[in-house]
Amino acid sequence: MYSTKYHKPASIADATAALTAGEDATILAGGQTLLATMKQHLASPSDLVDIRAIDGLSDISADGNVLTIGAAATHTAVASSAVVRDVCPALADLASGIGDPAVRNVGTIGGSVANNDPAADYPAAMLALGATIVTNTREITADDFFEGLFSTALEDGEIITAVKITAPAKAAYAKFPQPASLFALVGVFVADGAGGVRVAVTGAGEDGVFRQGAMESALGANWSAGALDGVAASQDGLMSDMHGAADYRAHLIAVMAKRAVSAA
Amino acid sequence: MSTGIGARVKRKEDKRFTTGKGKYTDDIRNDNQAYAAFVRSTHAHANIKGIDASAALAMDGVIEVLDGHQLTGDGIGNIICGWAVTSKDGSPMNMGAWSALATSKARYVGDAIAVVIAETQAQARIAAEAVVVDYEELPAIAHVMKAMAEDAPNIHENAPGNLIYDWELGDEALADAGLASATHITTLDLTNNRLSPNPMEPRVAIATYDDAEEHYTLHTTSQNPHVARLLLSAFYQVAPENKLRVIAPDVGGGFGAKIYVYPEEITCLWASMRTNRSIKWTSDRSEAFLTDAHGRDHVTTAKMGFDDNHKIVGFKVDTVANLGAYMSLFSSSVPTYLYATLLSGQYNIQNLHCNVRTYYTNTVPVDAYRGAGRPEATYVMERMMETAARELDMDPAELRRINFIQTFPHQTPMLMAYDAGDFPKILEMAQDAADIAGFAARKTEAAGRGKLRGIGYSTFIEACGLAPSQAAGSLGAGVGLWESAEVRVNPVGSIEILTGSHSHGQGHETTFAQIVADRFDIPIESVSIVHGDTDKVQFGMGTYGSRSAPVGMSAVVKAMDKVEAKVKKIAAHTLEAAEEDIVIEGGQVKVAGTDKAMGWHEVGLAAYIAHNLPEGMEPGLKETAFFDPVNFSFPSGAFICEVEVDPDTGVTEIIKFTAADDFGTIINPMIVEGQVHGGVTQGIGQALLEQVVYDDDGQLLTGSYMDYTMPRAADIPFFDVSHHETPSPNNPLGVKGCGEAGAIGSPPAVINAITDAIGNNNLAMPATPQAVWRAIQATKSVAAE
Amino acid sequence: MTTVNMTVNGKAVSGNIPDNTLLSEFLRENLRLTGTHIGCDTSQCGACVVHINGMPVKSCSTLAVSLDGAEVLTIEGLTKGGKDAELHPMQVAFNDNHGLQCGFCTPGMIMTGIDMVKRYKAEGKDLTSDAIRAELEGNICRCTGYHNIVKSIEDAATKM
Repeated sequence: MYSTKYHKPASIADATAALTAGEDATILAGGQTLLATMKQHLASPSDLVDIRAIDGLSDISADGNVLTIGAAATHTAVASSAVVRDVCPALADLASGIGDPAVRNVGTIGGSVANNDPAADYPAAMLALGATIVTNTREITADDFFEGLFSTALEDGEIITAVKITAPAKAAYAKFPQPASLFALVGVFVADGAGGVRVAVTGAGEDGVFRQGAMESALGANWSAGALDGVAASQDGLMSDMHGAADYRAHLIAVMAKRAVSAA
Repeated sequence: MSTGIGARVKRKEDKRFTTGKGKYTDDIRNDNQAYAAFVRSTHAHANIKGIDASAALAMDGVIEVLDGHQLTGDGIGNIICGWAVTSKDGSPMNMGAWSALATSKARYVGDAIAVVIAETQAQARIAAEAVVVDYEELPAIAHVMKAMAEDAPNIHENAPGNLIYDWELGDEALADAGLASATHITTLDLTNNRLSPNPMEPRVAIATYDDAEEHYTLHTTSQNPHVARLLLSAFYQVAPENKLRVIAPDVGGGFGAKIYVYPEEITCLWASMRTNRSIKWTSDRSEAFLTDAHGRDHVTTAKMGFDDNHKIVGFKVDTVANLGAYMSLFSSSVPTYLYATLLSGQYNIQNLHCNVRTYYTNTVPVDAYRGAGRPEATYVMERMMETAARELDMDPAELRRINFIQTFPHQTPMLMAYDAGDFPKILEMAQDAADIAGFAARKTEAAGRGKLRGIGYSTFIEACGLAPSQAAGSLGAGVGLWESAEVRVNPVGSIEILTGSHSHGQGHETTFAQIVADRFDIPIESVSIVHGDTDKVQFGMGTYGSRSAPVGMSAVVKAMDKVEAKVKKIAAHTLEAAEEDIVIEGGQVKVAGTDKAMGWHEVGLAAYIAHNLPEGMEPGLKETAFFDPVNFSFPSGAFICEVEVDPDTGVTEIIKFTAADDFGTIINPMIVEGQVHGGVTQGIGQALLEQVVYDDDGQLLTGSYMDYTMPRAADIPFFDVSHHETPSPNNPLGVKGCGEAGAIGSPPAVINAITDAIGNNNLAMPATPQAVWRAIQATKSVAAE
Repeated sequence: MTTVNMTVNGKAVSGNIPDNTLLSEFLRENLRLTGTHIGCDTSQCGACVVHINGMPVKSCSTLAVSLDGAEVLTIEGLTKGGKDAELHPMQVAFNDNHGLQCGFCTPGMIMTGIDMVKRYKAEGKDLTSDAIRAELEGNICRCTGYHNIVKSIEDAATKM
């Protein structure tokens, strides 16, 4: 690993200052992806700004039917939170299936959302639930936030502080893991929530997470697995690699969507 | 509780491993430690026009950058393949030159070109990236079927058409005649997928040169430290044997990958002399994928003919094997003498022929991986039998039974003389344990849940206990394959066993102690095993090919024979009795039928005090023996796999895996079962999950656990393992070896089960969900036509 | 370089280390606690699992400097050591059930096993063999085929 300078700010202001001061500074929110990337010399940030000690950034709370999850909340915290379980159990279930137990104890929701790995689980939930991504400067809707592979609407120096989710009437996530990495080969999050009926797909898209319009229409008319019969997912824009060609991924989107609807 | 032969003795070595006190090579750090990082080719095939190390040499902590011209200039020899295979036209195999650091040409991605020595590992790795290699890129061959194309680029000058050898075994005319007489012929095209062995401990080497003594010490992750020393000394000219000590301490798994001497050990030893520092190199997992020898990678066409009685009347096999960019130590023997020789399986086949062509490609060298040749042979054989049974509309177990060899010894037409076995018995045991009778009901029940259930067999045989030396020599082996042991009885009666076998997970510290405790009827705690150090152990050929029990333990037995003879002489002399009346039991050496006795420890003491020994007897009680068996041993087994396939996703779940094995005499059933569990899991890995993938340019796509699928706990069922013992007559314990059986027998059982479930026999390994789903779709489209 | 203080296996330790030092490196190289192993570089094999503040974590994917004030437990800390020192029930169970062969993955398996047993007990959940297999998602073993690892953890669960 190349040398780097570690910072552990106690406030957002200090974090912003460190991010701005560093030549090529980046946020360390859990590091379960970042540190592996650095070990392989694929990333070499001059400064790491660890945001986990910032007061309140790991809090999980609900205000009525609106859930707020601090960016530094670990996957384990989300999975085991009674508040999350109460407001949006599908999200707790999703968190309990990310990585493995040791990774879940360190990886965070903010880190996952900011990284926008095309095979990560959280982006599907954010998009399907119509979540709001809260940063130190503004609030961004999930629709506007995820811009493509590892790409988001975040500006330089901008820090995610929380995500906000309105309780859906129904929601569930079904993941088909890539056999080696156990990331999503195809993950489908279905929700009947604040943004209406939504179907968000991760793992499969060449540009990262996306909404599956035909399935949303079918489910909007009739929320049942049967409503998806004959609604094929298009192969256009889907990834093809050794673990799954586009046609297989398209097929799995349909299968996982039905399984998610049945579970919701 | 008994600690003798056949007892489930808990492992003596476990405490250090469960408390974090194991001493693996990477746990060692010497004074004067420096670290090595290798500059590796980023191209699969390229001429090396120049190397510019100036930037790297200027970096923090960098001590030295060394390249292949300096290495060969110092007289370090090329890496060799130790088994000469002769083509059927009588020409020798075409062994290409392999320098530990490539000088003029890089032949695979990862080929070592230079080494950076620095004060820290991080400094060495960063500086290695700063070494600039000027490449002239050449077209590359990533797949073996492209190596033989007329316009294929040439990888080694002395291997025209990239052919290494074109070899055959058996009688082609007889096989052709047999096939011509057949009333049914089954034909199969099969690929045996390329695998990466992946012991959990990556390779490590620590080389330490002592300038005052002009002596080298190498700590390394080796399965056979003496063979490593022999190669490093006699062939690679690093140092004479008396100036080179090789130590393989605790080793975290091998599976074949740690048999060989790799470029890194040679380079570190030489660099240690050049820099007068102790040099440590630790592979990370990415480097392991790039450089550890791979396994398998065969493409085969096979034809089997049956007569009206469903007896096999002819069998022809044509195999193309990929040996990678260079010929690794045992590479030539794997697709020949370890493969074709086993193509008779458990069956009485007289008309048999196998042709094998091996080629260079721009990929990592391919060599022995757990099973080595025998899994490939078993896969051909057992896919063939299951396919034939389906075509003949027969019970696959019945087709096998009809063709089983019934009497022993049995001479096959493929060199092998099987020692002992009872194939119908182990098949019956497996069928009972797998509840074959209840399968139809289970299939119906699964169908009710929308799942496809299938069952598959594999009845297999393997040649183990590599040995015998003379036979191996006549087939081209460069070394003898015996084993040595020393039994050292201390003055107080405790015993040290020095063995040339090496334990890297097999539990030798327990099982070797068991045979000694059993023989001399003494507490197992008073027996210790010494291995893995060329300065301590007389010599040894190491551990691979399931040889530690049949060969290594047999050497211990021979040495114990000598110890016992001397003990009896001393006791007879002391107790004034006849030697033939002396018995050893209960910690005593007694005169049978009397109350005259000496304690075991008293005999040891008498031997060393030497005040009163028989006339002319040398003092001391320490004996050495070398054991060279007259034949291989032939473990056999019957495996049955039951699977359930989800037709919506193609996911296969292994519902039950039954293994009935004949390993001859079993020393410790607990450890033998553990070997079966692990071996079968690696076979399931091959069948369902694992595959090394290169792109067309020779870039490795499966370079980490993110893309190479290792079996995980949730992929694997509990196993039903049972044993039937027909002792081998070829060694004193009657043992046959158990390390490889699981990996050898299981892949066809799994694929036979899945193809049974989905009703499509056209399915290649690994049967990933995508592959199975496609096979199901193909069945549906055929049904729709 | 940053000075970090933490408690490792009950003892206060400190080190002045480069900021990019991974916890696994700090344990192995600075403290010479070599029972924590490195089997991969993509945080999947689990040979490096230790407990930080009571939770299992992959020490190869955690910066040591981020752990100022933390309590770390490694495989070496499960028993106080010395002749006749009592082993942790999970360590005993791995020996009783032949849950290890080469031993390289074993420290991570044991640390992961202890956590899952504690967690399931605390939550009142039944730690079935299927649950054990699912919980072992982040721990790879190449030797045992997991059969006896699962048996070991099941056995230890009855004794912890």
